[in-house]
Amino acid sequence: MASDSPRANLKPLSLYVPEPKFRPGDTVDFTEVTIPAAGSVRRPDIADPADSFIDLAYELVRVLDHESQAVGPWNPRLSPDTLRAMLRSMALVRAFDERMFRAQRQGKTSFYMKCTGEEAVAVSAAFALDYEDMCFPSYRQQGLLIARGWSLVDMMNQIYSNRGDRLQGKQLPIMYSVKEAGFFSISGNLATQYPQAVGWAMASAAKGDTRIAATWCGEGSTAEGDFHSACTFASVYRAPVIFNVVNNQWAISSFSGFAGAESTTFAARAVGYGIAGLRVDGNDALAVYAATAWAAERARTNQGPTLIEHFTYRAEGHSTSDDPGQYRSEGEPTAWPLGDPVKRLKDHLIAIGEWDEERHAAQDKELAEQVKASQKEAEQNGILGHGLHQPLDTLFDGVFEEMPWHLREQQAQMLAEETASGRPWARKK
Amino acid sequence: MNMIQAINSAMEVVMARDPNVIVMGEDVGYFGGVFRATAGLQEKFGKTRVFDTPITECGIIGVAVGMGAYGLRPVPEIQFADYIYPALDQLVSEAARLRYRSAGEFTSPITVRSPFGGGIFGGQTHSQSPEGIFTHVSGIKTVIPSTPYDAKGLLIAAIEDNDPTLFFEPKRIYNGPFDGHWDRPSQNWSKHPAGEVPTGYYKIELGKAKIVRAGDALTILAYGTMVHVCMAVVTESGVDAEIIDLRTLVPLDIETVEASVKKTGRCMIVHEATRTGGFGAELSALVQERCFYHLEAPIERVTGFDTPYPHSLEWAYFPGPVRIGEALKKVMRT
Repeated sequence: MASDSPRANLKPLSLYVPEPKFRPGDTVDFTEVTIPAAGSVRRPDIADPADSFIDLAYELVRVLDHESQAVGPWNPRLSPDTLRAMLRSMALVRAFDERMFRAQRQGKTSFYMKCTGEEAVAVSAAFALDYEDMCFPSYRQQGLLIARGWSLVDMMNQIYSNRGDRLQGKQLPIMYSVKEAGFFSISGNLATQYPQAVGWAMASAAKGDTRIAATWCGEGSTAEGDFHSACTFASVYRAPVIFNVVNNQWAISSFSGFAGAESTTFAARAVGYGIAGLRVDGNDALAVYAATAWAAERARTNQGPTLIEHFTYRAEGHSTSDDPGQYRSEGEPTAWPLGDPVKRLKDHLIAIGEWDEERHAAQDKELAEQVKASQKEAEQNGILGHGLHQPLDTLFDGVFEEMPWHLREQQAQMLAEETASGRPWARKK
Repeated sequence: MNMIQAINSAMEVVMARDPNVIVMGEDVGYFGGVFRATAGLQEKFGKTRVFDTPITECGIIGVAVGMGAYGLRPVPEIQFADYIYPALDQLVSEAARLRYRSAGEFTSPITVRSPFGGGIFGGQTHSQSPEGIFTHVSGIKTVIPSTPYDAKGLLIAAIEDNDPTLFFEPKRIYNGPFDGHWDRPSQNWSKHPAGEVPTGYYKIELGKAKIVRAGDALTILAYGTMVHVCMAVVTESGVDAEIIDLRTLVPLDIETVEASVKKTGRCMIVHEATRTGGFGAELSALVQERCFYHLEAPIERVTGFDTPYPHSLEWAYFPGPVRIGEALKKVMRT
């Protein structure tokens, strides 16, 4: 204290600590969430300078209206076949999540993370990007791999850390890495992939390549220094990169207010960096597709980076280790005013006469069967609960390209101790 | 060549051979770096291969990791090793582990150059020796040269290496070898055999130490500036010490160390970094584990103190000839 007696003419300061609107037991009322009408937000030309459409960082790009019609300048006018393929991928992601969540509860793996309610964010982006573009995802973009047609069995092998795990059991479940499918190794340290995506994009530009990079983080991790470093670099070098901020309202139990949501939007982070910023309805598969395609075209034509905030809602817990019932109202997921992305795309296809409930139900059944069959196949390679799938000596592989003496020594000691213990752990052939 | 010129030459040679090598960092482009280590490179190789960066170390290293994943070989510069801490997470959690966590799908072939160590009145923020922090991390290599010849050969090897490497440059001896105290000016490299640096390509294998002075009475383990200080002390003392310049801390050349200590029966370890948990502690443990029955005296460590680098008392902190000489007498007395 500067002085023992407060100065009489000044009121004491007070510290503001934000608090979410609803806690367990509260009735949810989302009427304060501003949702502009679908089709009401303008679509700038990709060559327009970023500072000429700052308003879009505070708006909400929406394509699907209340009658499930696609309207306005952002309507990507996709063919029914493409729409059906997107719907199928999103439904497959949901079926995959359901099954793997249950597998975790059955003790077949240690950990799982669903993306329920956020399927459009990853799936639509995958459809809007080229297969060759490199994605630097966070942990809730399994939809990228699924939409790119990657093998479910391969993903499950990773989740089970089994004999078929391409990552040799070295990573947490769901921390996939699939270079072949343009999917960068996931890190648990948040937003570290942001500058890495910029570096990849800068390298592509420096080499005169045509590929671009895209990266994803949650709204909570926009607070990380890496996020801001990445924005600075991307702005400075006009890197061909797309920054996606998945604003799903919750970072484990911390609501978006702790990342600054009460003061501004996350898309508005772009404004200070002179980057193009877009705020989109993340539960509108067509809006996400349109925004991503627009940003990709900007990147591919050397117009620089775009930051897209996907306004969405995390309908389930953060992970299998989380119980959202402890910190938020049970009513939130169903009251979320932007609805369910799968249902909204389905309703759109039905509204335009290209789909029906029967086909949808049949597809759901088929996808559930596909996931089940994949699971069976993956479990042939073992499950985490039964451990010991990787040869013991592989523990030391890949720390360096070539194993130095100190690792060889530790490896030899470990193998000798293991042999002495008589435990039946497999060795490399 | 002095060490800065040798480092510059290393980058020039590698960049000319491999179009995937790029140099980036604060002030490294047009200006050529605050120590001039990258002078002329932008002019030769263009702005897309040599460029200035924003002042964000975490960004510099994060971007380098992404470039490495693309297939380039970035050589980012951190202007002073003291500024490497904001980049710690990208180095420790990302660069160092990328190969392991992706089972080789993605690698991080980056070489981070950074001037380190004291002796230039740089105070707390321009004098630190953070190598011990990184030698503790799995998956990253740490290289520290002590001569221009080594600096060039080791830097070329580091850039061509497929693992992430930290290349710490002892800035007190950028311009010439130094025997260890404020009243002993550094000499010009041009009068030193290690200042004879070929202009072309050559490399020095990482993980190989160098016996700087052969001897039978005592083994001194050192690296960077301390190699020169130890050399001066030994010359003045008349003790027949063997001085080993480690050159690479990870991977360490344990064979050379072990053979020497078994021969001499005595060991002294000298580094500038703070003592507790420093790399000297690891060296001491290794020597004890491997050479215990050959030791005739306790292992002695001469290091910086466990304090921040004190600006006005820098020469008390810096292990100079007096401190090293006293330690030498102590080891030899036993």
